[in-house]
Amino acid sequence: MIQAKSVTYFYNEAEVTPALKELNIDIASGEFVVIIGHNGSGKSTFAKLCNGIMHPTEGIILIDGMDTSNYDQIWEIRKTAGMVFQNPDNQIVATVVEEDVAFGPENLGISPPEIRIRVDEALNSVGMYEHRRKPPHLLSGGQKQRIAIAGILAMKPKCIILDEPTAMLDPSGRKEVMETIRRLNKEEGITIVHITHFMDEAVHCDRVIVMEDGAKLLEGTPKTVFSKVEQLQGMGLDVPQVTLLAHQLREQGVDIPDDIITVEELVEELCPLL
Amino acid sequence: MLRDITVGQYLPLSSPVHRMDPRFKLVASMLYIVSLFFINSFIGYGVVLAFLALTIAVSKIPYKYLLRGLKPVLMIIIFAFGINVFLTPGTELFRFGIIKITNEGVRQAFFMASRLILLIIGTSMLTLTTSPIELTDGLERLLNPFKKLGLPAHELAMMMTIALRFIPTLLEETDKIMKAQMARGADFESGNLIKRAKSLIPLLVPLFISAFRRADELAMAMEARCYRGGENRTRMKVLQFTHLDLIGVFVFILYWGGLIAVRMWTA
Repeated sequence: MIQAKSVTYFYNEAEVTPALKELNIDIASGEFVVIIGHNGSGKSTFAKLCNGIMHPTEGIILIDGMDTSNYDQIWEIRKTAGMVFQNPDNQIVATVVEEDVAFGPENLGISPPEIRIRVDEALNSVGMYEHRRKPPHLLSGGQKQRIAIAGILAMKPKCIILDEPTAMLDPSGRKEVMETIRRLNKEEGITIVHITHFMDEAVHCDRVIVMEDGAKLLEGTPKTVFSKVEQLQGMGLDVPQVTLLAHQLREQGVDIPDDIITVEELVEELCPLL
Repeated sequence: MLRDITVGQYLPLSSPVHRMDPRFKLVASMLYIVSLFFINSFIGYGVVLAFLALTIAVSKIPYKYLLRGLKPVLMIIIFAFGINVFLTPGTELFRFGIIKITNEGVRQAFFMASRLILLIIGTSMLTLTTSPIELTDGLERLLNPFKKLGLPAHELAMMMTIALRFIPTLLEETDKIMKAQMARGADFESGNLIKRAKSLIPLLVPLFISAFRRADELAMAMEARCYRGGENRTRMKVLQFTHLDLIGVFVFILYWGGLIAVRMWTA
């Protein structure tokens, strides 16, 4: 679905350190990938390159086989790989929820009855159908972000790239958004690239990519990545709280495996020991 | 508080006037304004009043909303009334010292005040019965034929939509910045006019910076959603000229017919 081949990116020519260094990422269709890393690790840069908002200085990015540097295909690329941004307020265009969801398909020149169908489907899919006539500023952060996701869904993308969509939300809003994303991946088979710095959001994905200084540092299933507690902490990154607890229990001599990432797993391991 | 402000003053009711095509309502409102300046007698105003009363009755808009709309312009109406009463030359009605009130002055004053009141009530009927989004939509489509002359109809409508969208967001932000500055001892309420204006600087600077940042992010988000201007763009809602609008046109022609008849009769 997304192939980045030795991508290097400089924000401007005068800069010495690139934002991305020879990055190779290959994301398969239907996969749920979480990219984590510090501010300035290049994760948002990667997202913008995938959408053709910026072009790699060196190397190429292919979205469903289309080169993002090829301007003729840019709209097809943006339709295939939709993007949700961090601030929900700054990506909603219209004064009514359903009009905003219709914005994408309207830009694609789809016929009005078809837009209507797509808008209703997308709003149902994120559970916001009953709010369709409300002005967006009366909604909560989590609801606004779900509207933004619906706006992308109405364009029928194969892949959605979410650039820290939960960073500005409260815990309940984060939960709403995460549940929506997970459902879209499981039930509708949409490829998800979720960029975040909340470790617990990475627990249920297929693959975690840890980025540092514009390069890929660790990659693997959540279990393999989070079992490297010391390495992650050495980089100043957190691990999910449960993993940390399990790790500290292990250090104290409790006999449990090192790849615990959910509360349920820990409960299952600890109960027989009591 | 600041969140509750709605722009325009749209009153979402279900009435035939609400359901009419915004294009027709826009054109009718413009011709209505023209008609007010076409009238030269109080009988003419009678026709306007009858027409307005009919529209208001059909639209189910409560009178108090219309009267509320008059409040902010009350000063202007009084001012216009005063100027006309005191400064129109003509046959003297009575005088106190140097102030002279004339027959023509009183007539002219009532004439101007009625015109202003009818103007405001009539135009607020448009914004009360038409949502902002319908208005911008209607405007865009009305201006479409002028595109060939280089008029950026789509861009104008898009700008209006975005402005309407961000007014509540920016109001909320103003509120937030104001409270943050007040928490650090800023004073927005005391002092003379110049001092108060100066105290707004620490409010406006962060507001502008954030507005520019928002604009930048919004532009990126719009591009990511394949926005490329008005070309080849479709709309979800199609405006339709229905039998309701035909009735509207008919009533409006009757209204103008009445006005012309009155003018010919009084001339």
